[in-house]
Amino acid sequence: MRDGMRRAIATAWTVLLIILAQGLAGAQVTTRVKESVLENGLKVLLLEEHKAPVVTVHVWYRVGARNEQPGTTGLSHFLEHMMFKGTSKLGAGQFSKAVQKNGGRDNAFTSDDYTGYFETFASDRFELALGLEADRMRGLLLDPKEVESEKKVVMEERRLRTEDDPVSALREAMGAVAFGVHPYRQPVIGWMSDIAALTREDLVHHYNTYYVPNNAVLIVVGDFKSDEVLPKVQRLLGSIARSPEPPRVRAVEPEQRGERRLVLKKEAELPFVFMGYHVPDLKHPDNFALEVLAYILSGGKSARIYKSLVYEKQLALFAGGGYDRESIDPNLFPLYASVMPGKTPEEVERALTAEIERVKSEPVPDRELEKAKNQIEAGFLLGQDSVFNLARQLAEYEIVAGWRVWEAYLPGIRAVKAEDLQRVAKAYLTPDNRTVAVLVPTKAQK
Amino acid sequence: MLVLLLLPILAAAAPLAEREVLDSGLTLLVASRRALPIVTVKVTVQAGSLWEPEGQAGLANLTALLLTRGTATRTAAQIDEAVDFMGASLSSTADRDSSEVDLTLLKKDLPAGLELLADVLIHPAFEEGEIARKVRELRAALRKRQEDPGEVASEAFNKLVFGSHPYGRPLEGTDASLAAITRDEIVKFYRDHYTPERAFVTVVGDVELKEITEQLRTLLGPWPKGKGTVEKAGEPKPLQEKIVVKKIDRSVAQANILLGHQGIRRDNPDFYALTVMNYILGGGGFSSRLVERIREEKGWAYDVHSYFYPGLERGAFQVGLQTKNETAGPAVEEVLRELRRIRDQGVTDQELADTKAYLTGSFSLRLDTNRKLAGLISTVEYYKLGLDYADRYPRLIEAVTREEALRVARTYLTPDRYVLVVVADQAKAALPY
Repeated sequence: MRDGMRRAIATAWTVLLIILAQGLAGAQVTTRVKESVLENGLKVLLLEEHKAPVVTVHVWYRVGARNEQPGTTGLSHFLEHMMFKGTSKLGAGQFSKAVQKNGGRDNAFTSDDYTGYFETFASDRFELALGLEADRMRGLLLDPKEVESEKKVVMEERRLRTEDDPVSALREAMGAVAFGVHPYRQPVIGWMSDIAALTREDLVHHYNTYYVPNNAVLIVVGDFKSDEVLPKVQRLLGSIARSPEPPRVRAVEPEQRGERRLVLKKEAELPFVFMGYHVPDLKHPDNFALEVLAYILSGGKSARIYKSLVYEKQLALFAGGGYDRESIDPNLFPLYASVMPGKTPEEVERALTAEIERVKSEPVPDRELEKAKNQIEAGFLLGQDSVFNLARQLAEYEIVAGWRVWEAYLPGIRAVKAEDLQRVAKAYLTPDNRTVAVLVPTKAQK
Repeated sequence: MLVLLLLPILAAAAPLAEREVLDSGLTLLVASRRALPIVTVKVTVQAGSLWEPEGQAGLANLTALLLTRGTATRTAAQIDEAVDFMGASLSSTADRDSSEVDLTLLKKDLPAGLELLADVLIHPAFEEGEIARKVRELRAALRKRQEDPGEVASEAFNKLVFGSHPYGRPLEGTDASLAAITRDEIVKFYRDHYTPERAFVTVVGDVELKEITEQLRTLLGPWPKGKGTVEKAGEPKPLQEKIVVKKIDRSVAQANILLGHQGIRRDNPDFYALTVMNYILGGGGFSSRLVERIREEKGWAYDVHSYFYPGLERGAFQVGLQTKNETAGPAVEEVLRELRRIRDQGVTDQELADTKAYLTGSFSLRLDTNRKLAGLISTVEYYKLGLDYADRYPRLIEAVTREEALRVARTYLTPDRYVLVVVADQAKAALPY
């Protein structure tokens, strides 16, 4: 039943998208992206932006927590750390030093779906990044001594980010309950016992499997000339040999049939509530309505959740929600609230649920719908002020669905109607399809 | 010598912004950036916690937050609705030295946005119900912050380093001070400090100088002038004891450690030499000695850093790190060893050259978005650094010598006089002091 409906909607959408996209083509930043694929399979996206004399170089690999197995979680993130710990040409720690002494900044991040590396430079220096990234794409040493030392650093990072942060620990616990089968149940940083047990062999295998040109994308955004850069990319990165395609992730999360609940007891001051609903990702036509719905519920202080829970009822210190839209596989639509002193998680949960039910029972007024769309359009434009942000967006879209999917975003948003919001709320934001996680503060033991 | 020879080669760049002082005393700073149809407006006011009267901790922050919570003609909900409908952002915040109102929006909404901005600046209502609501929120936020061991450490550290000086307390105040603040006190603080002579407006984005100047002149013209000078807190008192150790016991997986003392004011000419020296010590991320020693060699911490936080008054110097309870003691020893080493031996030629290359070469990354540029212009104006700062900064950094780096390390780092705060599971940390 639901599938049939989805297909019908998809057809109508396609027609609409084509009409809208034509009127908009000139305004879209994506029309200026130059794509090439080198012979070894490396995809290259170049976007010239001459408004400031800086260039950002990103290399993202199509690997993250999603590609990990129980028992070796945290492997992608650990490998990200090791990418700074030396190659056959460059000693441990020398990567960042080389970037910095050229006035550049570099860092990296790991998510469920990807591992991304970047360097940002004044525009006369950025070519250095191409050589450095080429070197560590296949030349990593993974020195056993460095592996053991860095493992301790990663464990400290987990203590900092998760163990001693009750809200972050709750978010992690919710993911592990909301997903029963799909690896999105695993934390990106990995479970502590898994990190402790990871070996050099695990890292070598992961590196050789996923850090290959045909599993990577290079994005350069900023003040440069594409026709000058492309030959250099070809020379520096084109000579790396193509490798076998990495294995596909086959896990599919089955439909949830019945609400799941969990309680995390931890030393804290205030209770906290998370609710996560399973929703489709951006490859599904309902993604636009879900995105607009996220703004109706949580786009600013006039949005429904803040206005009701924080401002009017004062049940929550802060509250909101979002939509994990840019995701390879279907993910969650999370809502959250920090419970005010004197209020209970039950009251907060009821108030959050009431806002969901209101969307289902009453059509969102036209002006409110227009407001959400204005916010999305303005955010889209404001986000282009930063070359880093442009590169990040391009890379993320490329990894989760192909960068051209970004073009459909604004037209798709503009076409959302009030009845679409009601329909997706009824289809996905149901009690049977959600996980409710509650942080119950324990008394300080000291 | 070398530096002087290089000077003529460095072409003078344009000033960071066009500056004009209006009749009311209000200063305007405008930087046209027309690549995208967006605009950022930042109003900076001399209304930080440094100006809070004795016993009214949290007043500056509360006043700033209430600006957008209703005016003579608009309720808080109406302001929120108007901002969100434009897809804009409008926020007002206080810091220790200044307060700010920030507006970012699309160019097409600029007239409506500026009108709203002027309204919250000139006609805030400070309605009793909104005050009570915000106070409740801030008191709850103070309580929630106790969940974060880093915040707990920071609060204890500032209190010990600065005593009763405003730099020594949380911007939000305390539960008791917040509960005691009255509407009259808020209105008085607003009237004394939110005046055109004590404020300036920075505009960055798709604007034309004459046009935006006229718009702001019209909208902010009715902003009444102030009634004279106002009292600001003076210098913080120097530390009395040699070494102050504060251990806070929590059931945490990691010890949160802060070690430091008072540093410098922003107008101290040694700022640039200190910037260079501190980059080498602990400010330069993976290029710093503290990261090299404590993270890379020992594997004891994910984050270890040092910084000077100079303000209108002497701000702190601090080293911060988090490590599992068991390595807290040894990590502190390593920090002290590095402080002593840089005081004894200074920095190497290579370190000095690499640091200068980073600090000068990365300057353009500090102004590559409208928001960053508005932030830099605001800092430059507030601390009187001069609108030619983008030209001068590289020269000031290039001029730092090894001798100077050594001198400032010896002058401003005192590893025999400091405050040490450790928030940890103290039984496991088993510190030897």
